[in-house]
Amino acid sequence: MDTLHSRLGPLRRSGRHGGDALFKGLTAAFAVLIIALLADMAFEMARTSRLSLAHFGWQFIRSTNWDPVRDQFGALPFIYGTVVSSLLALVLAVPISLGASIWLSEFAPGWLKTPIAFLIELLAAVPSVVYGLWGIFVLCPLLRNVVEPLLGKMFGSLPLFQGARQGFGMLAGGIILAIMITPTITSVSREVMKAVPNVLREGSFALGATRAEVVRMAVLPFARSGLVGAVILGLGRALGETMAITMVIGNRSEISASLFSPSYTMASVIANEFTEATGDLYLAALAEIGLLLFAVTVALNIVARLLVWRVARSPV
Amino acid sequence: MKKRLLPFLLSVAALLVAWGCDKKAQPAPEPGAASITPPAPENIALTGAGATFPYPLYSKWMSQYHALHPTVQINYQSIGSGGGIRQIMARTVDFGASDSPMTADEIQKAPAKLHHIPTTLGAVAVTYNLVGLTSPLKIAPDVLADIYLGKIAKWNDKRIQKENAGAKLPASDISVVYRSDGSGTTAVFTDYLVKVSAEFKEKVGQGKSVKWPTGLGAKGNEGVTGQVKTTPSTIGYVELAYAAQNKLPVAQLKNKSGQFIEPSIAAVSAAAAGVELPESLAASITDAEGEKAYPISSFTYLLVYADLHDQKKGPALAEFLWWAVHDGQKECEALNYAPLPAPVVAKVEVRLKELKVGDKAALAGL
Amino acid sequence: MNNYRYRRLIDLSIRGACIAAVVIAIVPLVLVLTYVTVQGLSGLNLDFFTQLPKPVGETGGGMANAIVGTLEIVALASAIGVPIGILAGVYLSEFGNNRLGKSVRFAADVMSGVPSITVGLFVYGIIVLRTRQFSAWAGAVALAVLMLPTVTRTSEELLRLVPDSLREAALGLGVPRWRATLKVVLRTAAPGIATGVMLAVARVAGETAPLLFTAFGNRFWSASINQPTASLPVQIYTYAVSPYDEWHRQAWTAALVLVVLVLLLNVSARWALHQRVRAS
Repeated sequence: MDTLHSRLGPLRRSGRHGGDALFKGLTAAFAVLIIALLADMAFEMARTSRLSLAHFGWQFIRSTNWDPVRDQFGALPFIYGTVVSSLLALVLAVPISLGASIWLSEFAPGWLKTPIAFLIELLAAVPSVVYGLWGIFVLCPLLRNVVEPLLGKMFGSLPLFQGARQGFGMLAGGIILAIMITPTITSVSREVMKAVPNVLREGSFALGATRAEVVRMAVLPFARSGLVGAVILGLGRALGETMAITMVIGNRSEISASLFSPSYTMASVIANEFTEATGDLYLAALAEIGLLLFAVTVALNIVARLLVWRVARSPV
Repeated sequence: MKKRLLPFLLSVAALLVAWGCDKKAQPAPEPGAASITPPAPENIALTGAGATFPYPLYSKWMSQYHALHPTVQINYQSIGSGGGIRQIMARTVDFGASDSPMTADEIQKAPAKLHHIPTTLGAVAVTYNLVGLTSPLKIAPDVLADIYLGKIAKWNDKRIQKENAGAKLPASDISVVYRSDGSGTTAVFTDYLVKVSAEFKEKVGQGKSVKWPTGLGAKGNEGVTGQVKTTPSTIGYVELAYAAQNKLPVAQLKNKSGQFIEPSIAAVSAAAAGVELPESLAASITDAEGEKAYPISSFTYLLVYADLHDQKKGPALAEFLWWAVHDGQKECEALNYAPLPAPVVAKVEVRLKELKVGDKAALAGL
Repeated sequence: MNNYRYRRLIDLSIRGACIAAVVIAIVPLVLVLTYVTVQGLSGLNLDFFTQLPKPVGETGGGMANAIVGTLEIVALASAIGVPIGILAGVYLSEFGNNRLGKSVRFAADVMSGVPSITVGLFVYGIIVLRTRQFSAWAGAVALAVLMLPTVTRTSEELLRLVPDSLREAALGLGVPRWRATLKVVLRTAAPGIATGVMLAVARVAGETAPLLFTAFGNRFWSASINQPTASLPVQIYTYAVSPYDEWHRQAWTAALVLVVLVLLLNVSARWALHQRVRAS
């Protein structure tokens, strides 16, 4: 039998334990290493991009001109592509994720809860590059041949749905991102709703509320800030996603109102051009995009954590 | 059982580390010790990266050479010419590869002298995906430039129809496909377009990555071919071998003598025929003179340091290069590359004999 | 009464909408997995696991080097990331109720949101450029950085679950704190931590972006961890964007192998956790 005593082995009485301070110091060193890594990342990015920072200043994020031949670099098209594809992903993913998490935490019969939640979490485990592969060979042809002509026919008067139908573009990017962030938002929202005290639900039931009313009056108000946090976490994931979106978004640095037209994201321009960029300024410009991406995702994450922490303390 | 999982994982990891370090220790004896150790078969691993243009040929070469010399492994990654130049300049690879010569600026920034070694000749083919078109598309230089400038946006544009009398061209939008990564293929293609269109020269310019006014970006020759193959109404430019291997249709381009020429090995050789290579061994042969010359032809180069530096890798690399410009040339035609003309091979031989490792000639064995 | 019926209707329609949402959320998983399985099975044979890739234009060949490369890089990454993560987790749970602990916790959470491509850039800068070598090492460091926050935070959470009475009992026997922590607290939490580690490993095993500029790729076996090394995700990416049907087939097969690998890790980790939760 594995007793406490047998695990500890022969005991030695050794006054005060010098080993303890050492042990604490050692673990503390590793803990500090995490902060140091994060700081070094920020420092390294800033260092590599200083040439571009100095050369373009604020112009860098206002200019749409990305022209390596003339050493002109403006990141606006990439910022636009990243933001719009992520927002599109949120528009698609948030209702679905919230619906799914409400069902999982409030409606689902007990025996179904775990398997369904499990399936949704598996979605998060499928590697990004596999989604990209599926996007190239299944999603994009489907969009080009079926969805985009249909949208064009129905809403062709809106600038959103005009232009050449290529399959590869903002719409494909948004959909792939939506698929990828749904599990994130769903599982965090579920954690948040789980943390809503049962007293609140019981109180509403006692007043004769239906389940839906309980959700609306008791669960959602209490969980609100946590849910916002969940959505922001999803947004952070969408902003930083690289492979899948690079494979389907079309990689063109242009700002276009149409969801059909190709676009480019910050992460994909780094993936595509980083190993190839020759000029120093070119390289610095790419590093600055990395820095921007880093800063934005870090900021979003901070906000999201604070919001989620207010409701539920969970490792996400 | 389950409690053993963590220690198990850790020990597996530790074993792997030990195994990795062990192997690392073997092939790295000090240079000075090399003469003492018996010539046991030692594995030499060379890494190169760069142009996607000659990748089919290179991958064939590397696997053949490995079969001939089992101790030499040459790993070539096609990351784009821009990447090839940058990685060789950063010395993260043993050799680089590029379709366009290094610019004066790049040569100046390199940490040491780099040589261009021409390895083969290729053509940039203009490929398209048009359902129902039976005869090859014919394109005049100015039309091609205007398609890539976005000024010609429909397939049934009058100027395209002019050269293709009788062909049924659809009224659909032209989706232009270009390379999203820094690429020698783009450099060669734009090198041609700036020669034939003043407007293109002014608005876009020549380079490995340029700012395209219109279109869809794809990564690598592979990516562009893939994009054109899977998307109707597209037009793209790729290395001829890619188009041929994927049975993509290729357009006939009007050359300087006014002939419509389909890209082929003979047409590329015709373009190279009249060119005298300068001392750097790097020259542009786009828009070349000659009845039969295909206008977007190009040399492709491997980039190596004049001083190869490494006692083991240096001679191995030089020997491989020697093999590539001699025996390797036999592989070219089957893969749609044109073999180097004899005068070029003669010049390359001289250059290869000049390669050094420290103060010794790298090709001493030959 | 009418009012009640109206409310029932609302209740039902919201339930319906939520069920629809669940279905929509799961459909992509089913679509992707069936497609990968169907496409991938057609190219699955022994050669795929034993052969090196063939040059362009020749059929056959496999991805043996990429499979081994992935395992090698992931194992190395675990060797670096897991001990650091667990020890940092120990600090957080045992000594971390202070300002430093708070900052570390915060940094770890923030770090888990850093895009993987940024980590790739970072490691390229600090390792590849300095060692002048793309290598399995560099790839492993990038993946280790990615798994560090997850390992740290799960270790901390699981160590916190160890009842204080155990700690007190051990200390009461007169053992030093460090031994009590290692032999009692950590050992009690070990199965749970193993689960967390497996989840972290499953997550990084499928990462592509950080390997592009670090482990790079290789057509051959890598003789050492100091050389460019092939990995399944990078190979899938390269093959997916290629124009060759043969390569597309191989990309699907590789995707199947990768998905099976990742999901197996994931499912077994979760199953183990589930068993434990049920048992306790």
